[in-house]
Amino acid sequence: MTSVAAARYGRAMAFSLTDFLQALAAGVLVGATYALMCVGLGIIFGAMRVINFAQGDFLMLGMYAAFYLATSGGLSAFLGPSGGPIVAAFLAGPIVFALGWLIHRFIVARVTGAGAAQTEGAGAYGQILTTLGISLILQNGGLIVFGSAPTGIRTPLSRSSWEIGDILLNQGRSVSFLVAVGLAVAVYLFLGHTRQGKALRAAADNSQAALYMGIDVDKAHRIAWSLGVGITAVAGGLVAGSQSFQPYTGFDFVIVMYAGVVLGGLGSILGAFWGGLVIGIVQQTSTLILPYQLQNTAIFVVFLLIIFLRPQGMFGRLSERT
Amino acid sequence: MTLSLAVKRQLWAILGFAVAVLVLMALLYSDYFELVLTQVLLWAAMSLAWNILSGYSGYFSFGHAVFWGLGAYTVALGLIHLDLSPWLTIPAGAIVGGLAGALIGFPTFRLRGHYFALAMLAYPLATLYVFQWLGYQEIPLPMKREAPILYMQFADPRAYVALALGLLVITLLISLRVENSRFGMSLFAIKQNEPAAEAAGIDTWRWKMLALMLSGALASMAGGLYAVVLLVVTPEAVFGMLVSAQALILALFGGVGSLWGPVIGAVVLVPLAEGLNAELGDVLPGIQGVVYGVAIIAIILLAPEGVYWRIRDRFAGHMPEPIPTPVTSLTIPATPREVRAPTAAADLLVLHDVGISFGGLRALDGVDLSVPEGGLYGIIGPNGAGKTTLFNVINGFLASDRGNINFAGESLVGLPPNQVCRRGIGRTFQVVRAFPRMTVLENVTVGAFVGAADNATAQRMAGIALDRVGLGARVNALAGGLTNRELRLMELARALAPQPRLILLDETLAGLGHDDLDGILDAIRQVRSEGVTVLIIEHTMQAMIQLVDHFDVLDHGRLIASGTPETVVRNHEVIEAYLGKKWAEQVVEAAK
Repeated sequence: MTSVAAARYGRAMAFSLTDFLQALAAGVLVGATYALMCVGLGIIFGAMRVINFAQGDFLMLGMYAAFYLATSGGLSAFLGPSGGPIVAAFLAGPIVFALGWLIHRFIVARVTGAGAAQTEGAGAYGQILTTLGISLILQNGGLIVFGSAPTGIRTPLSRSSWEIGDILLNQGRSVSFLVAVGLAVAVYLFLGHTRQGKALRAAADNSQAALYMGIDVDKAHRIAWSLGVGITAVAGGLVAGSQSFQPYTGFDFVIVMYAGVVLGGLGSILGAFWGGLVIGIVQQTSTLILPYQLQNTAIFVVFLLIIFLRPQGMFGRLSERT
Repeated sequence: MTLSLAVKRQLWAILGFAVAVLVLMALLYSDYFELVLTQVLLWAAMSLAWNILSGYSGYFSFGHAVFWGLGAYTVALGLIHLDLSPWLTIPAGAIVGGLAGALIGFPTFRLRGHYFALAMLAYPLATLYVFQWLGYQEIPLPMKREAPILYMQFADPRAYVALALGLLVITLLISLRVENSRFGMSLFAIKQNEPAAEAAGIDTWRWKMLALMLSGALASMAGGLYAVVLLVVTPEAVFGMLVSAQALILALFGGVGSLWGPVIGAVVLVPLAEGLNAELGDVLPGIQGVVYGVAIIAIILLAPEGVYWRIRDRFAGHMPEPIPTPVTSLTIPATPREVRAPTAAADLLVLHDVGISFGGLRALDGVDLSVPEGGLYGIIGPNGAGKTTLFNVINGFLASDRGNINFAGESLVGLPPNQVCRRGIGRTFQVVRAFPRMTVLENVTVGAFVGAADNATAQRMAGIALDRVGLGARVNALAGGLTNRELRLMELARALAPQPRLILLDETLAGLGHDDLDGILDAIRQVRSEGVTVLIIEHTMQAMIQLVDHFDVLDHGRLIASGTPETVVRNHEVIEAYLGKKWAEQVVEAAK
């Protein structure tokens, strides 16, 4: 067994500049969808200071929502096999947004919100554990509803590429890249320039003060939560066009998302975007020197390194008073 | 040392539990039920192991699967490659788990709260991929028909029940020992307020590491026995998220931080999930996970403290809390170290050119300061002048960028707070940092560990310190229920308990009414008259002028004046920067 691994390793060690640029390009394309899911998670953490374990499972729901919209929903038939999945991925957003709204209304709001938002320690663990519970239900409920067989959205784009010099750009991933960047910019503008977005950021900055300023913090949290899971679901829908998935898939992306968000700086939306992009690049370029199965281990290593060396991330700040 | 009543009662409870399991084991004839019983016991042991770290110290681990999995693979690979019996490899797994705990803790304990929990999540998942890559996808344990007992392979499933019970009892006894020792009390203090624990002389890093190593060792043993029982090991089954989640869900359901909570959780949830899985697993393959998910949300919404604490609180409502053993030692005459003459010429604390910057802000800029042994010195200055930063630099919370800090002729630079405390510097905080769920006596006892060889001595020293500040009557009250004045006095007592030579008091008078003020001032004078050197930060000028014999004035991180109260309040720069002209005139008038 070990000799096989060594051979694999040895072969992988030698790579050319073209290989590197190819991996880099793939990393940027994949990284944009990662960046979009990180933005979704970043909105939730930024506004609520809650670590949402279920984020990966909302992503998985986004994949299935896009899948059913494209196939049973007839979008692929109606809009063509290339455009249908993209529209389906978009529509997965509102569906998961609505589900997120309900879950926040009936479960999450009871352990978060104006009263509990500032509690570090015991209260925070109650919140994490609640999202862990939601994650277990979605994952295993998904297993019951969708079955365990891996599935995927068939689109001709994922099997064809554009050539730029020696570099191949997968068409499916390139389109996803454009959609993801566009949506991320739209979210950024929403947060920065609309009344609702500003209320959301105020609630994130200091929920107590926001409450005194007449901002409905619970409502701001509900919007942040639903928006966050909805955006991540769109990212999931985009990913679903280029890789197969099953109900446990979400978990593979939890670490991707947390690594990205921590890298960017917990609480920073802009940071989350760049963090996700970097994680995509790390993941794809790591395959140049590491065996394919260890690409997620490479992400873990980067994740741990960031946490130890620069816990405030690229765009975050640390504030602690004695 | 005789066992306390509470410990004896717990020992009987453990014995009763073991007997009950054995009776149940004898009554059950189905192999399947014996297997479920074994799983209940193993998961109880796993959850209890998790509880030693996360329940007692408050450092939540989302990654205990890493220990469980390493234990399982130690047994499986030991048997396959080295032909080693689980009788050897399960204890060896404990060593592997303990070492893994040390390796993980070494970097990870630099983190707190969310960051710690997230980092812990990464370890088992990273390990999972590594084991997949190594090709250990599905490892069946080979049958050893020639010597089954030697390889822990029994035809009778009751043998596994007995083994799992043995492991659980060991884990219960270890937990009980931890709870009733300095170890447990230190973890408990860390959970409630880590900086305060550190400043009170507790080597927080060491205790956290020990807790993680012990916890990892026990979890590995449970994982190893699990491999023996199930006879097959896969990376997903032993390193997967469900393992880590299950350990903490069981503890959370039953009651985090309690001896019986994890056991209650395992007894209720494991058979429920197993039963549903057996009945409905074919139709509804994820039912086990759904049950855990629902259980966790239900418990958070309905009884966030867990079943054990809920029952205990209800029970305690009907029955009065057992009267705490009276602290007889309070009457033992205090034996403070010999009173040093306040006039001793030698400087106890000397700061030379101390500086620290935060980004571009120079919080302290070349501060020179000396405090003679037996002195009562005050530090004043406007908000943001760097007063608390100065204390944080002296007691080791912050490392200065430059300069020397000497205490009794020894440099303090680079020492962590607990070491500074050990050398004889106690401190209190601007915002009181109590351990709210501990009694007053326990709060102060934590502070006394530094100077005491054993728990009894620590408790006696705590009693003495509480008497010194006049809080002797409140020893058994919970700190969470104290008034502001009592909290300030308790914090003073905690700083005094290890009999320090110098105490740093940070705005001890803040937020106190006029009547309360005098009591605290008297306590401070009393402490000083016993030979303890005092350095105090305070804004209440009237009180300070009466109290101290020397002022050092900070402004923008620099020392702008130093001298007797009379000269300092007349100092032009001090009036400009801090006092204000009008006020200064009044005080000077009043002082005449």
